[in-house]
Amino acid sequence: MSGLRAFFAGFVDRNGLPVAIYLGLAVTIWVFLLVALPQLAMLDFSFRHNLPPSKMGGPEDVYTLEQYRYFFLGSEIGGGDWNALDIGVLFKTLLAAVAVTLIDLAICYPVAYLLAHSARGAAGRLMVLALIVPFWVNEILRAFAFRILFGATGVINEAGMAMGLWSAPIDFVGEDVALYAGLSYAYILLMIFPLYNAIESLDRNQIEAARDMGASRIQVHWKVVIPYAKPGIASGSTMVFMLTAGALAAPQILGGPSNLWFTQIVYQWFNDGGNWPRGSAYAIVLLAVCIGFVMLMMRVFRVSIGAIGR
Amino acid sequence: MTKDITLDYVSVQFGDYVAVDGAHLTIQGGEFFSFLGPSGCGKTTLLRCISGFQEPTAGQIRIGGKDMRGIGPNKRPTALIFQNLALFPLMSVADNIAFPLEVRGVDRKTRRRRADELLELIALSGQGDKRISELSGGQKQRVAIARALAVEPDILLLDEPLSALDLKLRQHMRRELRAIQKQVGLTFIYITHDQGEALTMSDRVAVMSRGRIEQVGDARAVYDQPRTAFVASFVGENNALTGRVLGRENGLSTLDLGLPAPVRVATASGPGAKLAPGAECMAFVRPEALRPCAPDAPNAFPATVIREEFEGAQRHLVLETPGPGPAAGPAAGPAAPRELRMTLVNDDRDAAFGPGAAISVGFAPDMACALPPGELASA
Repeated sequence: MSGLRAFFAGFVDRNGLPVAIYLGLAVTIWVFLLVALPQLAMLDFSFRHNLPPSKMGGPEDVYTLEQYRYFFLGSEIGGGDWNALDIGVLFKTLLAAVAVTLIDLAICYPVAYLLAHSARGAAGRLMVLALIVPFWVNEILRAFAFRILFGATGVINEAGMAMGLWSAPIDFVGEDVALYAGLSYAYILLMIFPLYNAIESLDRNQIEAARDMGASRIQVHWKVVIPYAKPGIASGSTMVFMLTAGALAAPQILGGPSNLWFTQIVYQWFNDGGNWPRGSAYAIVLLAVCIGFVMLMMRVFRVSIGAIGR
Repeated sequence: MTKDITLDYVSVQFGDYVAVDGAHLTIQGGEFFSFLGPSGCGKTTLLRCISGFQEPTAGQIRIGGKDMRGIGPNKRPTALIFQNLALFPLMSVADNIAFPLEVRGVDRKTRRRRADELLELIALSGQGDKRISELSGGQKQRVAIARALAVEPDILLLDEPLSALDLKLRQHMRRELRAIQKQVGLTFIYITHDQGEALTMSDRVAVMSRGRIEQVGDARAVYDQPRTAFVASFVGENNALTGRVLGRENGLSTLDLGLPAPVRVATASGPGAKLAPGAECMAFVRPEALRPCAPDAPNAFPATVIREEFEGAQRHLVLETPGPGPAAGPAAGPAAPRELRMTLVNDDRDAAFGPGAAISVGFAPDMACALPPGELASA
């Protein structure tokens, strides 16, 4: 605590009182008003019954685990078995998010490496620009564009058939190709930049030293670059994973007819079902499972939480 | 097992810039060979050519008679020690040393044994589990050497590995490097801009300037018999005096250096012997070759003391003598004053000279040399 106070005293000394007050307020508002309060409100909601407004605050408005029970066990009419549908969708969502994360990692690692160590001057700036510009187009538009691209009469099917690669249109949307492509593309920048930052600070001599000592190019990456870039990989993967698992627009637009993303269930409870407590409970479950999964992965790959902040 | 390295007119060009210009020499197996030159002279580029990180634009590099063109750095019998050592910070000391074995698929037990052997060689036994950041500068240095030796290369290439160390440690590491080289019997190719390092450690030195190899020889040869004005001025301190050759007999050239009287300089061999009477020349007299003397002694000339720099064992006197400076040609006239440095041993043979004292100084003819005019090393 005294360390914290010393930090603030030093901060005021260095930056002056107005700046310190502004930053203090901004951080407080950010953390409490924008992060903690909404989550707490959702948490509170999730432990309540779904009551009409007239009964809110009345004697029936008590805390309950009903909403969570529903997620795990389904409706009471179901006989108390596991709620296989919702739990299944959650796992499918997590699995898909992992897959998207891995796809992004596979795409971004070589690009980030080239960007950090080979592209010089104008070429490097052009590459960064080429990465950023597509993100000026808004998410919904991009998702629909992908739908058109991957549709039965889309550019890819037309081109593939024109070249004789396949004869009948391939159902890219139904096979989730469009969904994975759209999600991977949506969060690619969040993977590139942490990776780039991590790799860029690696001393080039280390790569050359490894080469000189007999390492093949793959060994150089496996034993020198990747261990060094691990915090960046963890940071990028966490962001892509979290955002993919919580994505709504892309699954809504690009998901096949059989596809259901967990966020879509949450959305349905809030919107179509009008059941905010249940929607909150589902959202909290998603959040908790995602955080738990990320923590587990960080333990497995021996990354400290502090490393992600770098 | 020792392999000669032959540089056969190796040139490296980056666009219009010639980094290395026709380097041609052979380094004997088991030799401690240094490339010495100021920064930007092309010595690091040459080293990168030998290690395989850079392909020469012209010429050929042969190691043990085998042409190295197209052979990557990981396939050459060379190991490079980088200027900043490039140890892997995330690996332990032993893992660093065993890295070359690891990438060759050697099993863990053998790796550990070899790492322990090498740790013993560099006097760091039992410290294999430390992190790199826990080591001192000199220890890191030795770990880098051990890592390079792990797969028993034929040639160890060292790119100014001592430049980051403080003076005391640097001098200590010079002896240590030399001792390790003698012990393992490998060829060491050493890159440095520090002539002290090059002269004390090397069997032979190649002095480089602007991509060209100016002279190859042992320490004494490059110091005592420089073949170009650059070598004379770069290796050790030297006083350069420009002038003209008046005549030559019995291996002694008489030179007009703008001093009140002509001086005689030994030119029995080397490029100085080819200077014909009438030719422009540069004479080089080392500060330690200059001595106070009687005004009528041979090669004596008058000088004024400007200041004395006292350095304990030695006294450096900055003198002024009329005549053309090193940069100006003889045409500059005899009036322009020029500075000379004289180094005296701090014993009681020579009196103290206050600033402004007018004295006579001179030098023995065989303690100076005459060379064709050329570019001097910038101080």
